[in-house]
Amino acid sequence: MMRIEIIRRPQHSALFSALSPFIALLLTLLAGAVLFAILGKNPVAALYSYFVEPLTEIWSIHELLIKAAPLILIAVGLSVCFLSNNWNIGAEGQFIAGGVAGSILPVVFPDFQGWYVLPVMLVLGMAGGMAYAAIPALLKTRFNTNEILTSLMLVYVAQLFLDWLVRGPWRNPQGYNFPETIQFNSSAILPEIWTASGRAHWGFVLALLAALLVWFMLSRMLSGYEIKVLGRSARAGRFAGFSAGRLTFFAFLISGALAGLAGISEVSGAVGQLRPSISPGYGFTAIIVAFLGRLNPLGIIAAGLVLALTYLGGEAAQISLGISEKSARIFQGMVLFFILASDTLIYYRIRIVSRSVETAAKGA
Amino acid sequence: MTGDTIINSSDTVLLRANGLTKIFGTLKACDDVDLVIARGEIHALLGENGAGKSTLVKMLFGALQPTSGSIAWKGEAVTIPSPSVGRTLGIGMVFQHFSLFDALTAAENIALSIDEATPIGMIAEKARQIGKAYGLPVDPDALVGDLSVGERQRIEIIRCLLQNPDLIILDEPTSVLTPQEAELLFVTLERLRSEGKSILYISHRLEEVRQLCDRATVLRHGKVVGECNPREQTANSLARMMVGGDIHRVEREPLAADAAAAKAALIEVKGLSQRPTGPFSVALHDIGFTVHAGEILGIAGVAGNGQSELFEAVSGERLQERPDIIRIRDNDAGRQGISARRKLGAAFVPEERLGHGAVPDMSLSDNLLLSRHATDRKVFTSGGVLKLISASSLTSAARRIISRMDVRKSAENPDASALSGGNLQKFLIGRELDRNPSVLVVNQPTWGVDAGAAAHIRQALVDLARGGSAVIVISQDLDELFEISDRIAAMVHGRLSDSVPIEEMNMERVGMMMGGADHSAPEAA
Repeated sequence: MMRIEIIRRPQHSALFSALSPFIALLLTLLAGAVLFAILGKNPVAALYSYFVEPLTEIWSIHELLIKAAPLILIAVGLSVCFLSNNWNIGAEGQFIAGGVAGSILPVVFPDFQGWYVLPVMLVLGMAGGMAYAAIPALLKTRFNTNEILTSLMLVYVAQLFLDWLVRGPWRNPQGYNFPETIQFNSSAILPEIWTASGRAHWGFVLALLAALLVWFMLSRMLSGYEIKVLGRSARAGRFAGFSAGRLTFFAFLISGALAGLAGISEVSGAVGQLRPSISPGYGFTAIIVAFLGRLNPLGIIAAGLVLALTYLGGEAAQISLGISEKSARIFQGMVLFFILASDTLIYYRIRIVSRSVETAAKGA
Repeated sequence: MTGDTIINSSDTVLLRANGLTKIFGTLKACDDVDLVIARGEIHALLGENGAGKSTLVKMLFGALQPTSGSIAWKGEAVTIPSPSVGRTLGIGMVFQHFSLFDALTAAENIALSIDEATPIGMIAEKARQIGKAYGLPVDPDALVGDLSVGERQRIEIIRCLLQNPDLIILDEPTSVLTPQEAELLFVTLERLRSEGKSILYISHRLEEVRQLCDRATVLRHGKVVGECNPREQTANSLARMMVGGDIHRVEREPLAADAAAAKAALIEVKGLSQRPTGPFSVALHDIGFTVHAGEILGIAGVAGNGQSELFEAVSGERLQERPDIIRIRDNDAGRQGISARRKLGAAFVPEERLGHGAVPDMSLSDNLLLSRHATDRKVFTSGGVLKLISASSLTSAARRIISRMDVRKSAENPDASALSGGNLQKFLIGRELDRNPSVLVVNQPTWGVDAGAAAHIRQALVDLARGGSAVIVISQDLDELFEISDRIAAMVHGRLSDSVPIEEMNMERVGMMMGGADHSAPEAA
């Protein structure tokens, strides 16, 4: 008889902390291959068209950056939340709130045009995301409400609010009753980085910038130290004189701002108008990005690109393999599943015990 | 050595461990340990922290597997793969840290550890009987959260006795008891011995080992360095065996009789009352004391009588209702947070090291910043409002503290959790001493710290006070308080007695004060 035990390590393993994302990705690919085989596709060819083919063409790499930008922006903000033990699950809603708030100018005041329009839109987008994230922060600090539930539920409120806006007051009067706003004028469009080769817009650069700034704060500044101390031990944080309530606001506001910035960048850079749905679940996928990137903003850049690839692969697979693009969700889910499982190895080791030892002792 | 002839005959030997060795990585926690426990004896296991006592005991109890060596139980070779097998064999263990659920009754807690489904009423009845028979009075229907530490220990012991063990292992049982409660425990242990049960008694209180135990095995660095009859030894000779050399005695000049009162009051607490913070926290009632420059106030008391709450109130982790309830160096500090109080010159060392005084998975230099970021802003941070952490000055300050306090560690800058309790405590106290604070409040300074390190810490506290600071030491260790305090007060049920000068104090009186019976104390000096 055999039995598998997990035993706590005396100290967490740095090796497995670094290795865990790669183990998770490997297991995801293996599980994906099994899945394709069950669907009757050749696993090797399927994985190739899912994960390699999108990287072989320039235009497709541009698409990758477009998808990675919001993932990185949101995940960087979430890393601040998660490190400080604030479980913001509502980035999707803050993304929409940012998209809506940033669109006020081009939708309601389309006559305003000029260089200043774009900066104002970005600032409004961040403000919208912040305001929306402040709600769960306020509820948590004031009424001790569970922020996981409140932030998640507010996602649906935001989605329905956007839906109502584009079908109601903000609908394009010349739009043949399609649920869309007017197309943004050119001064409200986030420009492309390198127009000649593809569509990627400056949102990706904003994402890199945000990642670098937050990385600097977390690793070099006292506020980053405060985040880590309070996240790991609230009591030690109180002993240090740090305020958990203030940090909850700080973390929610910063992640709301970045999610809002991601929202308006997506709307202004990739879509060009508001529609009933402006996100293929970026706010939720970014949770996976944050964990795959070890809650480290630099790791998140890499993880954001990996998860963006699943979106592209899903689209490619729909075309070349004839499987639903929703398969991307399956891959994202598997990444999260396997990374959480692999993370067990950081704190625990696995031991296989044979039963015979114990029975011998009982006989004595 | 004295009992060799008796213990070699096989029917009097209960347990014999031969060459037990346990290796963790490169560390030999136990190295070729031989141990013989006879039937009907109280056997002391002595040793400093990290000497391998708990590793050895865990192997006997089945919580750890030896790397090599063998255990014979009642003459037969056994392996003990798990504590439940240990219990079936007849080995019971009472841990230093109780594993009881506060929200359940005593009987329910006992029921949890019993394998068979027995009705709760029967368990309560049995517990009551055992309690009566062994002098362990306890109400099985009382909520554990409402019980004193001594009563909780009785539940643990009753729970252990219900399994009808032949060997009972007790880990530092008196460290949480008043002297009077400890006496009661000794009566129980002697009754168990008279019934032929054996007891393995782990303690670092040498006087009680001399009073109670028949034989002693002394461990140092994982090896057995001596066996003796403790009654033939002095506390000093036992300590020398444990440490392998002489222990530094704390040098303390007595305070001149009126010197303290003449000097400035550095911290004054007056009319401090607060409501409990949670269901198992203690309310504070009208606490007041003053500590002057140059003196140490010792606060005695059994754990759970409001010491942690008092610490949190004085440190500013919890604010007071009015500013003048706590005054630090003539400033009203009652409404100021812990950082502001530190800036007034106060420093704090809490009881719990990991998770309160330090973040377990952060390095020592990072943990240095925990209590110093506000007071030493200019040294440890730069860049104005950005507050950039200066890693190099943190590392050099950490190195300074490590060498001054003789902190022993395995790596250059290890995580706090990688240090032994005693070494981490030396670092945490050194972290505050390094600032040369005018007021130091420390809760249980040497709890679980080995004798050598404890002496080092106590001397540092005395030196700080004699250098002109006010020191408040909250401790359950009365020997420690008698060694270093100038005045002693006691906490009971959230009230603080008046303080009594050390010259007028004795064990009996402090025991009465800890029980809440002393009303004859003069007004606070």
